[in-house]
Amino acid sequence: MENRHAARETAKGPDFVDRLVVLPFKKSVEISLQSIRVRFFRSLITTMSLVLAISFLSFVRVSTDVGNGLLSTQDPSLRQALIRTGYDIGPEDTSLESSPKQRWIIILSLLVCVVGIVNAQLMSVTERFREIGTMKCLGALDRFILRLFLLEAGMQGLTGAFVGALAGAFFSLINGLLSFGTIAVTTLLWKEVFLSIIFATGMGFILSLAGVMYPAIVAARMQPVEAMRVEQ
Amino acid sequence: MTDSRNIVRVSKVTKTFQLGKVEVHALQGVDLEIAAGNYISIMGPSGSGKSTLFNMIGGLDKPTSGKVFIDEVDIAQLDAYELAWLRCRKIGYIFQTFNIIQVMTALENVTLPMIFAGLNNSSAVEKGIQLLELVGLGDRFRHKPFELSGGQQQRVAVARALANDPAIILADEPTGNLDLATGEEIIRLLKQLSQEREVTVISATHDIKMLNVSDQVVWIRDGRIDRIEDREELSISVGTIDTRE
Repeated sequence: MENRHAARETAKGPDFVDRLVVLPFKKSVEISLQSIRVRFFRSLITTMSLVLAISFLSFVRVSTDVGNGLLSTQDPSLRQALIRTGYDIGPEDTSLESSPKQRWIIILSLLVCVVGIVNAQLMSVTERFREIGTMKCLGALDRFILRLFLLEAGMQGLTGAFVGALAGAFFSLINGLLSFGTIAVTTLLWKEVFLSIIFATGMGFILSLAGVMYPAIVAARMQPVEAMRVEQ
Repeated sequence: MTDSRNIVRVSKVTKTFQLGKVEVHALQGVDLEIAAGNYISIMGPSGSGKSTLFNMIGGLDKPTSGKVFIDEVDIAQLDAYELAWLRCRKIGYIFQTFNIIQVMTALENVTLPMIFAGLNNSSAVEKGIQLLELVGLGDRFRHKPFELSGGQQQRVAVARALANDPAIILADEPTGNLDLATGEEIIRLLKQLSQEREVTVISATHDIKMLNVSDQVVWIRDGRIDRIEDREELSISVGTIDTRE
């Protein structure tokens, strides 16, 4: 048994008791990436709803930025054009803010998206119960399982949100160009567009994590005895 | 190293499951001592409490009363970290349904427990390939589970169980999903490895082929140990397990 005790010292750490079993971060990223790759098409569908919702968010925000850019020219004809195309501008407004109606629609679409993510992740946990139980039999701590699920959802969410944010911004710019011509783009503050994209991406990432939290905790708390029996 | 220490000691263990209004007494007072280095088979009909006892010994479930000692350590007193350490380092598990992780290759499956144990990647890979060669899968370490037959998957499971040089291997119906010939191979492999590496093998099984290689057979019936037979006393005759004697 002595050589086994010596091997134990390879799991280093300041708090020795804490490091009896380890899962290096790089390895958990590897495992999560592999899980995504294997279930690619199914995870694509979950991510789709996120992409759509985030692209909607991004579209609205970048449209607001376009509108603000046009308003800053102080040109009354542009102002009329803006109102005609559907922007909500009061007679004294010098800049656009999202209206309550807009905000509600966005919140609703994001909520639907989160519910979809929670559902998909719960299904994923259920179909992977044997895998989770086996990992626990190999010595995985609860928080390793949690980490794997969070990483998976985080990576999917970040990629999907970024794609959605770019798509939404792109369509909004095209829309601006078609409605107002190149002036929509020349008066644009690119810094604002950049911030909108970052905001939309960040939002998607956070929602992804929020959606996977409950299923991941369920997975982490699972007892390894579930992996032992065939039926049941 | 012929110390006759008891690697597993089960003391007055009972287990009662509450299923709605019905109480199921799966284990009704089990006392068992398993010496290190032996090959033990736990045999019994369905519903005898075989699997429950197995779960107790493997630290996968806690008894309602009584104690289970692994290397004289009461496992009910262990916290989550220590339990994980036990499962990682001291015990190797083999299941009827193989339970190989489908998204990983054979080598990655075998090296996963080593990663948990803190071994660095290159040593883990080296050791993993060694173990896979030991079980006869040296040229298939890059294959995924769906590219392997049942027998081969079980051999990967055996290699994985040995990853961290455990003191105990727990096999739950290892030949349950395998045909006659493949089952024989696995049993022979387990016996050979247990002798070479001085590992205690405890298997819960229906399979009569196990009787041949076992040092001790524990017969369990109705939540109690019926009898324990040492190798010399075993008389293998054709017929069902129940109607022996």
